[in-house]
This record gives sequence, C-alpha cells and structure tokens, in this order.
Amino acid sequence: MKKRAIPIYASRGDVAWFYTFRFICALVFLFLIFPIIIIIPLSFNQEPYFSFTSGMLSLDPDAYSYRWYWDILKNGMADPDASNGWWADMWNNAQWIRSIKNSFIVGIFATILATVLGTVAAIGLSSSHMPYKRIIMSLLISPMIIPLVITASGLFYSFSQVGLAKNYLGLILAHAVLGTPFVIITVTATLVGFDQSLTRASASLGAGPVRTFFRIQTPLILPGVISGALFAFITSFDEVVVVLQLADVRQRTIPRQMFSGIREQISPTILAVATILVILSIILLTIVELLRRRSERLRGISPE
Amino acid sequence: MKEKREGFVVFENVQKTYDGNELVVKNLNLEIFKGEFLTMLGPSGSGKTTCLMMLAGFESSTHGEIRLGSKPIGNIPPHKRGIGMVFQNYALFPHMSVGENLAFPLEVRKIGKSFREEKIKRVLEIVKMTDFINRRPAQLSGGQQQRIALARSLVFEPELVLMDEPLGALDKQLREHMQYEIKHIHEQLGVTVVYVTHDQSEALTMSDRVAVFNEGVVQQLDTPVNIYEKPLNSFVAQFIGENNKLVGTIIKESKGVVQAKLRNSKQIKGIRVNSGKEGTDALFSIRPERVFLDKKNSESIEAQVLELIYLGDHVRCRMKVADNEDFILKIPNSSQTTSLRVGQKTQVSWRVEDCRALDLAN
Repeated sequence: MKKRAIPIYASRGDVAWFYTFRFICALVFLFLIFPIIIIIPLSFNQEPYFSFTSGMLSLDPDAYSYRWYWDILKNGMADPDASNGWWADMWNNAQWIRSIKNSFIVGIFATILATVLGTVAAIGLSSSHMPYKRIIMSLLISPMIIPLVITASGLFYSFSQVGLAKNYLGLILAHAVLGTPFVIITVTATLVGFDQSLTRASASLGAGPVRTFFRIQTPLILPGVISGALFAFITSFDEVVVVLQLADVRQRTIPRQMFSGIREQISPTILAVATILVILSIILLTIVELLRRRSERLRGISPE
Repeated sequence: MKEKREGFVVFENVQKTYDGNELVVKNLNLEIFKGEFLTMLGPSGSGKTTCLMMLAGFESSTHGEIRLGSKPIGNIPPHKRGIGMVFQNYALFPHMSVGENLAFPLEVRKIGKSFREEKIKRVLEIVKMTDFINRRPAQLSGGQQQRIALARSLVFEPELVLMDEPLGALDKQLREHMQYEIKHIHEQLGVTVVYVTHDQSEALTMSDRVAVFNEGVVQQLDTPVNIYEKPLNSFVAQFIGENNKLVGTIIKESKGVVQAKLRNSKQIKGIRVNSGKEGTDALFSIRPERVFLDKKNSESIEAQVLELIYLGDHVRCRMKVADNEDFILKIPNSSQTTSLRVGQKTQVSWRVEDCRALDLAN
C-alpha cells in the first residue's frame, strides 16, 4: 500500500500548508545549489566570457566547447603545440596542474597531521580525569571561530620568524591548525556515545592502555575520525586566505590559482576547474560516506 | 569446618572519599575466602560498587590496604591484577564476534591459537552458547550477551571474578534463571566470586555469605540464613525481606529477653539483639510468615483485619496491631482463609524467639 504523505484528517489549511512548506523547501534548496549548478554550462562556453551567449541560450552546439578544459592543461606550458615531450611539459609547467598537485600535497599532509592531533586531543578531552576541559576545548577549536584573516596574518608573522613562511611545511602546518578543530569536534561527538566500560572491560581482561587504545577504542571511533579527516581535507582544499599570506608562487593551490585567475586573466578556465572540483567533491564525499557507513555496520554500531 | 586462615581477598581499614569531605566507604574490614561466593548487598549509594571498583583497580582507596592472595594490590594497575569482571551493561566489544571477544584476554596473555580455541570452546559449553561463536554482540539478546560476558570473564581462568549487578538489565524470569546458572557455574569451577547487587532475593539465592552495606559501613556479614533469620540491627531487618515493626518502651531485660510496653500499654517480649537500656524505646521485629492467626503461641495480641490481598499461593492480610496499621500476615491459601473478613477482630500470635528487639535507629 502506498504511504499517504498527508494524513486523512488534514484540513484544507493543512493541505495548503503541506504544499507551501514543500515549495519553500524547494526554494531554499535552489538558493543553495543554483550558484554551483550555473557554472557547469558556463564552463563549456566557446567565448572567453562569464556570461551566457545568445548561441548558448538557443542551444547551438557551436556555442559550446571543451576549450577551457584544454586550457587547464595548456595554460603555462612552454610549448603547447609541440608533439615531443608534451606530457612532461604539461606535468611540469602547466600552472593549473601545478596548483592541483600543490592542493593535494598540502591537503593530504595537513589532513594526516590534523587527524592525528585532533583524535588524540579529543580522546584526552573526553577522559573524566582531564582538568580544565572546557577552557582547553575552546582554545583548541578557536581557529574555527577567529576570523581567518586574523589567523592567517598571525600565522604569517610568527612563521616568518622561524623560516616557515613561503614553503610547503609552513603551509601544511597552517592548514593542519585549521583542520584540527573539525577532527576534535567529530571525534568528541563519537566519543560521547562510546561506552567507557569497554575500556574498563579491556583492562579487566588484561590489556594495557596501549593495546586498549588500538584494539578497542580506535576501531570504534573510526567513523568519527574518517568524517573529521574529510572535513579537514576539504578545509585545506578550499582555503585561500592563509595561502595568500603564507605561500609564494611555487606553493599556489587551486583556490589561490583561481583567485589570481579572476584578478589577472578573466577566463572561463576557472569555471572549468570549478566544475571538475564540484564533481570530484561529490565523488569523494559519496565514497567516504559509503566507507564510513560500511565500517559502522561492520563494527556493529548501527543495527543491520 | 573452616580452619583459621587469612582470606583470599582482604580489605583492611579501607576508606574512600571522592570529594575529600564525605566518606563513601568508612573503615571497611572484610575477608573473602577462596572459592567463596560473597555478595555485597545494599541500597544505591551505600558504597558497595565503590568497594568492587577498588578491588578491580578502577578506583584507588583513600586509606587502608586491599590484599589479594596476601599481596597488597594498591599499586598494581587493573590490567595486571588478573581479576575477571562482569559489567552491568555487559561491555562486550561491539566490533568483535563472540569468538573474538573471548579470544581477546587469551591473545593478551599470548596463548597459542589451538589452545585458545580449546579454551573458548570449553567456556562456551559452560554457558551453553557454543552455536553463537560467530555472532556479533548486537545480534544477541540481553540474556545471551550476559552469558558471553560471563564466559569472557571466566575464559582466562582468573581466581577471582567480580560481578557488578550483572543481571540488573534482564527481565524477572530470565534474571532468576541466570541466578541459578551463575550459582551452578560457581560451584562447578570453584572460582571466588564477589557479586554486587541491590536485589536482596538475588543475594539470598546465590551467596555463601552476604555483606549488607549501608552508608559506607558493612551492617552485617553473614550467611543468607542468618542475614534473614537473625538480623543484627534494624537496617538489616528492614532491608532484607519484610518485617512487622512494633515500637515499645523497655521495662526490663533478663537472660537476653527484653520486655517492653507498647503504646496501647500491652506488654510484649522479644530476644535482645541491639536494643538499648531500660526506659529507652526499642523496635520489635517479627517476620510476617512467623505470625499466626491463632492464640497457640506464647505471644498473643489482639488484631483487626484492615485489608485482604489475594496472591494465589497465599493471602496477604494487613492488620492493625497496637498502633501499627501495616502489620502483615501471610496466610497460606487453605480453607482457613475463607473465614476472615475485613474489619473482623481476632488474635494473632508468635513465638518469643521470632520477635527480635532491635535499635530504633531509623
């Protein structure tokens, strides 16, 4: 039997509100998603403009092209038309490719660092023996609350003193600082549901603290750790303010490259990159979420 | 009989405070013998769980010494004490199967795989759960999880197993069934068990000895029979089972028998336990099943029937005796009961030995 959405006792007003409510929800949804959707057709523009040409609006196939996608690869190459060594040239010189490489290098290392630090911090903060929990917690998540510009300039001045500005290590450390609060929050949330008697049970069975941590605690909080890591990675991946301050041209990440693209050479290449990023993000989120659910199910946390 | 020897577990002058102000456990002295099933019984907040946690090593004592097998264990971390423990919420590892849960303590002890499997098989047979080795805890019912938790605490063959209200989360029928099962396992393995509960029937059913806790003090430590039949103070008398209470002023005392005057100036007698001096008030306590609806026994008193409750195997009769309107009689379901009517005046009687004169503390 088909499930009725509207109960049988609904009055006329209830029915009206039922549809109005759904309409409002749709509007909110559109408001959120439209700016992202709109860039996808624009990125296939034949002309170097950020607007729909009349050809595009009348769905003329000639008004669309892949030229901006090719530009991602070609822009910055020494010789885009050479047949010899084209791939090596692209890999080494294309500025978008370099920024993609940078984004992944910085993102992955910052994520690893943030995940380890955040997880350890969350476990410490969830212990009942921990003094001054609230103060330490708010200190640790302050990078999320303090305006990014302030954090970024603070990082720039302090890192410059110790030679960490304008290099990869500094950027990775800075992004780890920004990502750690997300890991702390997600792992803390997982630990709230963690039954502390499990660690006692483990101890009563003869396992020391280290074994208990790796065999009992870690597997059970893994879904929270994965979510936190994903947040940390995305934070690093679309961060531009700190990169503006701390990175020089060799460490330009994707958002930084887009930023200068908008300022220096208005070209729909940015839209092409954005489209690829949107698709990549959707794929990444889906995969990680599926993995997380699978591990949750395997670990018997959620019912099957 | 038991020869004089030191207990396997000894609490000596143990005190515990959480806030540095109020003592949760006040000067506990307790000996638990090898192979014994000892129950710590008491209302919540009486300090019984704290004692268990100190023994397990999850809490440290503020003062005093705890010895296990004549060695002080104050400085030994919980995972090196080798004490098995069953938790109230089972605390099975949800990400491991039953077999992996049971293998965990054996892996920790670096026991080889074949020997490990043999031990797991044996312990699963004891708890009758052999078919469930590959299940996950979430796929088991509460009672099954409890059996596995029990098996896990036994699989590494500890000499001492602690149980913290292990049957608290089960329904009544299953709880009673598991009581017998745990008792049988204890008899079969000869392991020392320290059991914590607030359920008095559980304590009476299972234990060799019961320690009744209240306000951080052991009120009485004795066999279930003596705890029930010969409570040493009014707390134990009221906490274990049902009691009829009559308050009277002591007139005189001789040869362990206290004579007192009730509020309606009727005199009664009782065995002196811990009642006060002449002229003070004492609490006379008589078990409902030791009061009879006749005049045949030495102590006879007038009573009025206030309420009759039919309970199948017996009829519970609430009466007014002296100024107590909650005087209960348990009348076995027989032809005798039919003659009683509410409002009827009759005589009830009991033997002097069944009436105990206690302090009037609470």
